[in-house]
Order: sequence, then C-alpha cells, then structure tokens
Amino acid sequence: MDTDTPLLDVVNLHTHFFTKAGTVKAVDGIDFSVKPGETLGIVGESGSGKSITAMSILGLIPSPPGKIVDGGIYFKGENLLDKKEKQLRQIRGKEIGMVFQDPMTSLNPVFTVEKQMVETIRAHENFSKKQARDRSLELLNLVGIPDPKKRLTSYPHEFSGGMRQRIMIAIALACNPSLLIADEPTTALDVTIQAQILDLFRRMQRELDMGIIMITHDLGVVSEVCDRVMVMYAGKPAEFSETKNLFDHGKHPYTLGLMNSIPKITPEKHKLEAIDGVPPDLHGLPKGCSFAPRCKHVMESCLNIDPELKEVDNNHHVRCLLYEDSKEAVST
Amino acid sequence: MLKYIIRRLVMLIPVLLGVSILTFSLVHLIPGDPAKSMLGEKATETQLELLREEMGLNDPYIVQYGNFIGKILQGDLGESIQSKEDIAVEIAQKLPATIELTIFAMILAMVIGILAGVIAAVKQYSWFDNVSMTGALFGVSLPIFWLGLMMIWVFAVELKILPPSGRLASTVELETITNFYLLDSILSGNWGAFKDAFFHLLMPGLALGTIPMAVIARMTRSSMLEVMGQDYIRTAAAKGLKKQLIIFQHALKNAFLPVLTIIGLQFGFLLGGAVLTETIFSWPGIGRYVYQAVLARDYQIVQSTILIIATIFVLVNLLTDILYKYFDPRIKYE
Repeated sequence: MDTDTPLLDVVNLHTHFFTKAGTVKAVDGIDFSVKPGETLGIVGESGSGKSITAMSILGLIPSPPGKIVDGGIYFKGENLLDKKEKQLRQIRGKEIGMVFQDPMTSLNPVFTVEKQMVETIRAHENFSKKQARDRSLELLNLVGIPDPKKRLTSYPHEFSGGMRQRIMIAIALACNPSLLIADEPTTALDVTIQAQILDLFRRMQRELDMGIIMITHDLGVVSEVCDRVMVMYAGKPAEFSETKNLFDHGKHPYTLGLMNSIPKITPEKHKLEAIDGVPPDLHGLPKGCSFAPRCKHVMESCLNIDPELKEVDNNHHVRCLLYEDSKEAVST
Repeated sequence: MLKYIIRRLVMLIPVLLGVSILTFSLVHLIPGDPAKSMLGEKATETQLELLREEMGLNDPYIVQYGNFIGKILQGDLGESIQSKEDIAVEIAQKLPATIELTIFAMILAMVIGILAGVIAAVKQYSWFDNVSMTGALFGVSLPIFWLGLMMIWVFAVELKILPPSGRLASTVELETITNFYLLDSILSGNWGAFKDAFFHLLMPGLALGTIPMAVIARMTRSSMLEVMGQDYIRTAAAKGLKKQLIIFQHALKNAFLPVLTIIGLQFGFLLGGAVLTETIFSWPGIGRYVYQAVLARDYQIVQSTILIIATIFVLVNLLTDILYKYFDPRIKYE
C-alpha cells in the first residue's frame, strides 16, 4: 500500500444513542483518516465522543441503545459498516488491534496471560497451541516483559499496572495489525511508566509500520507521539491540524483552553487556568455552537449558528465562527 | 492448600459438637414418650417405667447426651428403638438413595438454572428473560409438597408417563453394588434398569430441584449482567473472539463465583427438602427414614441422621470453598 492512501478513512460518522431520556448524539459528524505509519491523536474531555469513535470503528457499539446512523468507515478501502458480524470479527484483533485505558480491569482476572494471548492468536491464525504459545513468548519479549517463559502462566493480578498494559499491547499486536487503536493507554499509569509505554508504542510503530489512533485527554501525550491531532468537543471536531501547528497556532477557544490548563514550568508563579463551566449534557445541546456556553469569545451569532469545520490554513481546520467569514456565517 | 483443608476439617469438630447438642436438645424437648410409642397405649405404668429405665430415659440429660456422643465417637449410631436395627447399617443403606436424588436434583437445577440465567442476562428484557424470571419467581414460591403432589397427579395419574413413587419398578431386577441405582445399572450394563431408575428419578428430582433451579437462575442472571459490563468483556470482543466463547468462558467463569456460593448453600436445603420429597414420592432415602422416625418418636434415629446430614452439609461447604480457588485464582488460602 502506498503511503498516501489512507489505511482508515472515517467519513461523516454519526453514532447516536437512543435512550428513554432522548437521543444522545455521542458522535455527530466527524471525518478523519489515518495513513500507515502515522499516529493520529484524538483529544477531548470525557463525553466528547472519543471512545465511541473507537468503538464505532471496531463495530462494538452496544446496540440497542447505540446505532451508527450515518457515515462510512473505510478500512483498506472497504466500508466496515457493510460488513457482517463474522467478517468484523476477523478484522477485530487481527487487522485492528485495540488497547484500552485501564489495564487493571481490561484483562480477564480468571485466565492466565497465556490463555488470553493464545486464544487471540488462534482465533485469527491457523496456529497449533505450541505455535501460538511460541508466538506469545515472542510478543511478551517484544513488549519488554522480563522472563516471559515464567510469566506466561501467571494471572493478571500477579503483574503491576505497567506490565499489564504491556501485556494488553502484546495482545493487540498479536496478529501484526495494520491499525492500532489506543484508548487512553497511559491514563491509568504513573508518569514514569507512561513514558515507557509511549516509547513502546513508538518502537512498535517503527517496527510494524502501523497506523495508530491515540485517544487521550492529555496534550502531553499528543505532543510526544502524534503526527496529527483532532480535538473533539461534544461529538464534533473542534479543530484538526498537524500536531506542531496545533501547539504553535491553535485557534479554537476550546483548544486554547485545554493548552492553558497545562501547568507551565516557569520561574514566576501564575494561576492555572481552567475552562469555565462543565462538559455539556449531550441530551440537550444548545442550538448554536455547543461550546458557546463556556466560550470566552462567545458572540451573539454563536448562540444561533452551529459552525462548520473550515480550513483556515494548509491542513488546519477549525470549527468556530471567529475564523469564519462573518458575513457568510450570518447568511447561512 | 493442604494445610487449609486440614484446618477446616479440624474446625468441623466444634461445629458438629454444636449440631449434636442442638439436635439432642430439640429431640428431647419435643413432647411425646418413646416408651409409650413403643409399647402402645395399653401398656401399664410399670412396663413403661421399666422400659424407660432400660433405655436410660430416666438418666439426667447430661448423662444421656454423654452416652450419645460416646457411642458416636466409637462409630456406633445406636439402634432403632422400634426395630432394634443398627442405625448405622440402615443409614448406609438409605443414604445412597438420598444422595442420588440430591445430586440428580442439583444437576438438573444447575444445568437449567445456569443456562436460563445466562440467556436471560444476554438477552435482557427479552421475552425469554421475562418468562424465565417470572417462572423462577414461581419456582421459589411453590411449596415442594404441593408441587410434588401436582406432578404425581398430572404425570403419573392422568398422563401415566412417569412412575408415581419408589426408585425402581418391582418388575425390574438390579444387582445393587453401590446402592446408587443409576451407577449400579451402568456398572452392570443393565440399560433397562438405568432407564427405569432414571424415570423414577425425574419427578422427585424436578420437585426437589425447583427451588435451587430458580435461585440459581436469578443469581446467574444478575451476576452475568454485572460481568458483561466489565472491561475485560469488551477486550474479549475487541480481540475478535466469538460471542459464545465470550459469554460461556470469559463471562461465565467470572460470574460463577456467587452462583457457586448459592449452589453450596442450596445443597444443604436439598438435603432438608429431601424429607418432604422422599415422603411424597415414597423414596427410600434418609429423608423418609427421619420422617418416619419422628412420627414414631424414635429419637435415636432422628439424632443420628441429623448429625449425618449436618456433616455432609459442612463437607459440601468446604468443597465449595476449595472450588472457589479454581474459579478465581486471586483467592488465596493461607
């Protein structure tokens, strides 16, 4: 596959949840693509739709109440939404690996690491038990578990958090996936372990030429590993840009708010800024821009018009009326 | 592990001592005179007094209890006041019938209960969920004796498809080896007897197993619902595993622990419930044996049998605790 063809192309994805209290538009129109060897960051606070996006790609949205109501998810050119459950199962864990947030709860506590690795490999490859076991050893070695032979028969509770996340990564990588989705893979780990795990991701990506979707709320993680970033707010993209550009020329008030809420290491003391208000209730979003109630630069038109994602610079998109031609915005 | 088992076995001693005191007191508190029930209404006061003296009924309770325990420690469960038969021999003959019935009822309850619970959880709020859980509610609420009588009426009297009572038709020959009829018929390759014994087991087994089945089904459902929402189930799905594998391996093994606890406890209730079931279905086990002994004021049998049942119950609970470790490797026994 040539490197310009996207590995994954998500087009106008809408994932909604139909609950008794009303429809929750958890993901409401997002587009992005991931190329082989590229890392895309998806950033946002809880409830912004990051994880739902990931689960939508894998076809793991609990239904009911969830449903992908519109859009397309093209993986290697084929729309995953057209695939049957059996075909999706062959993609999950093989073509697309997934690492979850909390390694303490993401591994099954009553099965050995060996069983959990071997079953993944044997679900997708025509391996004997012995071959699958050898492959598991190889993977544990790859992700840096010391003494893998001995540890293979251990249970998850016998490992530390960082080691468990390595095992999760080993399982995700078991069948050499071309895409790895990591949903907050370092959030539950302490800082030194975080750095090690991020290192591991970079190393694996180099060795396997995978595309990675890194879902996080931590801009520090983004700056370290991501090539491009999508900032999400209330199920929609707020800003989409190359990582360096976002840190240098971030435009959306929400992005700027996120950046200002990172503590700075400077000699003079200053108060840590916070974004006012609380994350929106997806049951009843305001009519205009969903960020308007919390925005410092809110204008009258923001309360009525939900802005479109507009390209403001080369490969830099922002969904904010501040950067739209105001006349055009009013007329729409 | 071995140390743990030994310690638990040692702890059996005070438990069983407590049970023995309790049963002894209960039996002696129940009004009624064993001497009278043996000799009948026409016996003279002198005859009664003589018999009471001979049986040690005039001794202080503490002495009577001492005699009872002393004999049991020597493996002597005493003899029946009425038939003069050795109780240990009688129990050894009747216990397999009860255990066979209990295990059969338990297997029935586990297979149907767990399956119904799992399906109800996976298809929450579906018609199956509603029907099976309403059924389970009925199941725990129905009195066993009523259910047993209704079954006899429907299946034996009206439809005539199942035998109303006993363990084996009188026309069927079976060489008894272990006194577990299903096992014996397999060992001797007697398939006719196997079929007959199986049919005899069906109704009492179902009557006895109804309550545990209902309790197990409800417990499995709620436990599965909790487990199905766990992160590792999502992981299993993201690994591309088949749904059946996720449900019956990844989820069920985790969900089984509270169900196992219930099964262990229900086993005790089954042994108790056997008194009713065996009486209704004329099942020649220790349940009916105790029932008849109570009516006859044969307190020796009552005391000894209750002690045996209590021992089995405590042992089953120990087995449950040991099995925990198999289902959850995080459990450690020091």
